[in-house]
Amino acid sequence: MVQKVRKKVTFFTVLGLILLGISLLAPYIVKNDPYETNAFYMKAVPNLQFPFGTDKLGRCIFSRVLVGARMSIFPSLLLVLITMAAGILLGMLAGYYGGVLDQIIMRLVDIILAFPQMVLAIAVAGVLGGSMINAMIALGLTGWTLFARLARGQVMALKHEEFIHAARLSGNSNLRIMFVHILPNIAGEMIVNASIQIGSTMIGIAGLSYLGLGVQVPEAEWGSMINEAKGYMQQAPWAVLAPGIALFITVVIFNLLGDALSEYIGIRSTNDE
Amino acid sequence: MKHYITKRLLLLIPIILGLTFLTFALLYITPGDPAKKKLSAQGIAVTNEVLEKTRQEMGLNQPFMKQYLDWFGKFLKGDLGNSFKDGTSVADKLSKGMRYTFILSFSAFFLAITISIPLGIYTAVKQNRFVDYFIRFLCFIGNAVPNFLLAVLFIYFFCIYIKVFPVVAKGNMQGLFLPALSLALPLVSRFIRQIRAAVLEQLNAEYITGARARGNRETYILFRDVLHNALISIISIFGFSIGTLLGGSVVIESIFMWPGVGKLMMDSINARDYPVIQGFVIISAMIYVVVNLLIDLCYQLIDPRGEE
Repeated sequence: MVQKVRKKVTFFTVLGLILLGISLLAPYIVKNDPYETNAFYMKAVPNLQFPFGTDKLGRCIFSRVLVGARMSIFPSLLLVLITMAAGILLGMLAGYYGGVLDQIIMRLVDIILAFPQMVLAIAVAGVLGGSMINAMIALGLTGWTLFARLARGQVMALKHEEFIHAARLSGNSNLRIMFVHILPNIAGEMIVNASIQIGSTMIGIAGLSYLGLGVQVPEAEWGSMINEAKGYMQQAPWAVLAPGIALFITVVIFNLLGDALSEYIGIRSTNDE
Repeated sequence: MKHYITKRLLLLIPIILGLTFLTFALLYITPGDPAKKKLSAQGIAVTNEVLEKTRQEMGLNQPFMKQYLDWFGKFLKGDLGNSFKDGTSVADKLSKGMRYTFILSFSAFFLAITISIPLGIYTAVKQNRFVDYFIRFLCFIGNAVPNFLLAVLFIYFFCIYIKVFPVVAKGNMQGLFLPALSLALPLVSRFIRQIRAAVLEQLNAEYITGARARGNRETYILFRDVLHNALISIISIFGFSIGTLLGGSVVIESIFMWPGVGKLMMDSINARDYPVIQGFVIISAMIYVVVNLLIDLCYQLIDPRGEE
């Protein structure tokens, strides 16, 4: 059982890494220039030269989907990492020190969670103006709260354990206890939760881009490509389908990775006891 | 119970203060003078004189906290300020659109419930059989399709390919179906999982074994005991779907031109009409908070063993 789950984790991790690799290397491996317009090949049906066809400006959709992967995958992973780091830090501080600091941080979490997440993200991205950084800020504003709550709960449970008392008695500083003795114990669960968040973050970023609140034209990104192409879907459905399917498959792969990781951690913790 | 309600209501005060403060601050997180933003939204040429006059009118020369308290005071009276674009009351604009958004969200929720309750129960009863795996597979797929992609594909299939629905909704009954379906399907996959888990938990409970041992028929057990207890957990579904519905309405209403607050929000973002954006955010947040409070209270009423 453990073997099987471990295989699953490895498989989806490798798939995820391949996707990430493609997204980073895309500009160097595509045959056609994703930004080159071509008046002779407007809305061309998929063919040998243009595997996914072309859009209304004659740009190669295959190249745009591959190059768009960078703008769709990389920011999501980065955002999840940043919100995880920020959330863990604030959650650990709240849980470890308690008192006023805990009150301030947790009330802030309560207030942010009182906004419907996507409404706040759309509003913040809309007010800040469309750019990928602003879209990431808008989603990150709510993203860290999950990790902060989880980390706080875990730290509060751990801080009365004997090994923490022992660490304190042997003269470790609070910071050292937090980062050297507590963090490794909660890291596993945090990483699993982060992996579960990747898919929905990707959908969030693509959604903001679709609304015109993420990357700006002519930059290739899956959400904005779908938005651009939906106007002439009747003549060139491939211009919507290609980025749509790419987004769907990527989200599925990262969701499966999240599922596999949580299963793995679940099995490991029951085996430990 | 009384003690619990008072406690929950008191906890609401700091949350509402925080919500309103953050919403008010939305106007100030972008660099630039709000008076200039207002004038450019109206398309008026910015001269020093006009600018100073607008600043006076908007109370921008006062300290930030004073401005916030004024805004908050008006908010308590139901006044959300006036639109930058046409000067009309934001509260009026929102209440006009809210009717449509309510119709759309309610239809979507109703649709989601009618699809997912039977399927959720069915998958639980047929646990680990082919149907169970198949429906769970579909749910997994549904979970990975963004709502905007779903809406665009629906338009392509139903409006262009087989031509059974109009592309532009125009707020009538015929136009309601596709936007409601696009909003509902992402909820369905979450609902089915939740309901399946709730029913399974009940089915594995000891009292069910007892009921079986007494010779009750399986359908009788299912409808009398299991559903009765599982339906309690379905209330909580409503709570978390409100947020998804409000956020989704912005996307879906813009795609289908449904004249609700979601479309108003998107139009206001494009027109840089900040008071309307603020109004939409604060009203959504208030609805979200109040609905979740009511759900918690319902829980407490149904099952007083809960917290404290």
